[in-house]
Amino acid sequence: MLTYLAKRLLLMIPTLLGAAALIFFMLRVVPGDVVEVKLRADGASVTQEVIDAERSRLGLDKPLPEQFATWLVGLVELDPGLSMWTGRSVVDEMSIRLPLSMQVAIMGALIATLMAVPMGTLSALYRDSPIDYLLRVFSLVGLAVPAFWFGMVMILLLLWLFNWLPPVIYTPFWVDPVANLSQLIWPALVVGIRYAAVVARMVRSSVVEVMKEDYIRTARAKGLDEKAVVIRHAMKNAMLPAITVIGLEFAFLMGGLVVTEQVFNLNGIGQLFVQAVAHRDFVLVQNIVMFIAVVFVLTNLVVDLLYAALDPRIRYR
Amino acid sequence: MTFSATTDMQAAGLRARPGMRRKIARFVVTQPLGAAGLVTVLVMAIAGALSPYIAPYDPVAISFGDMLSPPSWEHPLGTDNFGRDILSRILYGARTAIVMGLMSALIGSTLGAILGVASAYFGGVIDLLIQRAVDIFLSLPIIVLALVVVAMLGRNLVLGFDFNLILAIAIPIVPNVARVVRSSALSIREMAYIDAARVAGYRTSRIIFRHMAPNLMAPYLIMLTAFIAQAILLEASLSFLGLGVTEPTPAWGLMLAGNAVDFYRQAPWMIIFPGLAISLAVFAFNLLGDSLRDWLDPKSRLR
Repeated sequence: MLTYLAKRLLLMIPTLLGAAALIFFMLRVVPGDVVEVKLRADGASVTQEVIDAERSRLGLDKPLPEQFATWLVGLVELDPGLSMWTGRSVVDEMSIRLPLSMQVAIMGALIATLMAVPMGTLSALYRDSPIDYLLRVFSLVGLAVPAFWFGMVMILLLLWLFNWLPPVIYTPFWVDPVANLSQLIWPALVVGIRYAAVVARMVRSSVVEVMKEDYIRTARAKGLDEKAVVIRHAMKNAMLPAITVIGLEFAFLMGGLVVTEQVFNLNGIGQLFVQAVAHRDFVLVQNIVMFIAVVFVLTNLVVDLLYAALDPRIRYR
Repeated sequence: MTFSATTDMQAAGLRARPGMRRKIARFVVTQPLGAAGLVTVLVMAIAGALSPYIAPYDPVAISFGDMLSPPSWEHPLGTDNFGRDILSRILYGARTAIVMGLMSALIGSTLGAILGVASAYFGGVIDLLIQRAVDIFLSLPIIVLALVVVAMLGRNLVLGFDFNLILAIAIPIVPNVARVVRSSALSIREMAYIDAARVAGYRTSRIIFRHMAPNLMAPYLIMLTAFIAQAILLEASLSFLGLGVTEPTPAWGLMLAGNAVDFYRQAPWMIIFPGLAISLAVFAFNLLGDSLRDWLDPKSRLR
């Protein structure tokens, strides 16, 4: 188990290194950077010397491989540089926004799982019934509706039904859970419901497959009632592929956050990323992208570990 | 019946196209949802193309006398905070959505297909490098990747369309298509007819274009349709974030951007209709893509 874990962690290094190189050089293929955006923002004429001075202050005058090496060392030391726009440390900028985004992401994943597992299972058990048809419509609609518009409609509904808007100031959960949830439950519902549309389809097809297995026939033959067959035999096996999707999609939930945070005006990682892109703040952009890549790689690892924990047929090697 | 028609046509020296009309009729009968999607897509395309003739108003004409007026006979979908007619803006927006969606999906899918075929055909180090890059790109949500490209390229208007934006939408599509096309191409590469072509001494380019490519058309078309939907959604999201299509071009995502949220109370129609347009367009292309997949590749129906 421990050797397996160590091996997996070591295997993450080349993947993340590749991601770092790809992002770093991609951002720098085309000329133009934050210095120009910042100093020439109002069409002001700035002398070349001022621009050069600012470039050298930010380390942009050094050769690219050297900049890349500096960044890599910074990543390992958890000091990956300063935002080119605000001048504050990237770690500070991200860590003040992280709790909010992570809370919304985790609540979204929970909502999605709680919705998708029963929906997918029911529609697999009653194939071609109204429930099944409803799920198909739900997943098609869920994939078609843009997350940001879904959020706006949710706000409209809150206004119409309750004449109430979610609070705009973030309160940490441990300070005031009610205030915290009354703000964050809505974006979590938005990302969660869209995510449920994807996961429910996967749960459905995996339950359909499992119900054809021999051990289901055996369980029925030995006289178990249908409830026990479904819950103890079918669901337990069908959940493995479902966990993979939930895990994989977790990183993609961060993509949903980018727009959802904008709608609900939440000062999270997603909004930080959008601002960084608008300012062409490459340091911030590359570090947020690396963060998402790390989340993706880690959730993959957790999924694999869970897989082995849930399925005794799978052993670590 | 079908059999004799086909053989007659082949006998007459025609290419084996057993009645396009009959094919379409079969598609409509076996895939009613797909047909509905196709009709919606066609209606949208026609509305977008004819928008200058059918739109009741100029989509960019500001009229402070008509600010935030609710849906009425003069303005069926109401007006926005500049008094611009929302119906006209949605009709013109269809043009933007379809052009951007089609171009970026086409560029992305084609680049992806080329990479996928190259990866499968050449194998070895080329395959390894392409697949590692694909893996890395696939680990990022498409909107994040699109935003990285936006940060990288900035803006570049060509003939009124932001070509860099098209690239920003196309690039996230590339790895997805490359992965699927590669696996299809790998199985085709093992077919006897490819060996036969190689033994016959054909050039690599001829084998790829004349023997492999036609057999990859089905997965390519399926992905292209599906990714038009994704591209429309992505364009709307980027425009919503203020990093996509810019004013004054009418675009659905842009209609919801910026200060649209200030008008929740006074003018909900400003928010409802553009979003419905995006959803309907994406829904229609998704339906079409799904049915196309069931129709052209019945094996994958379960997924």
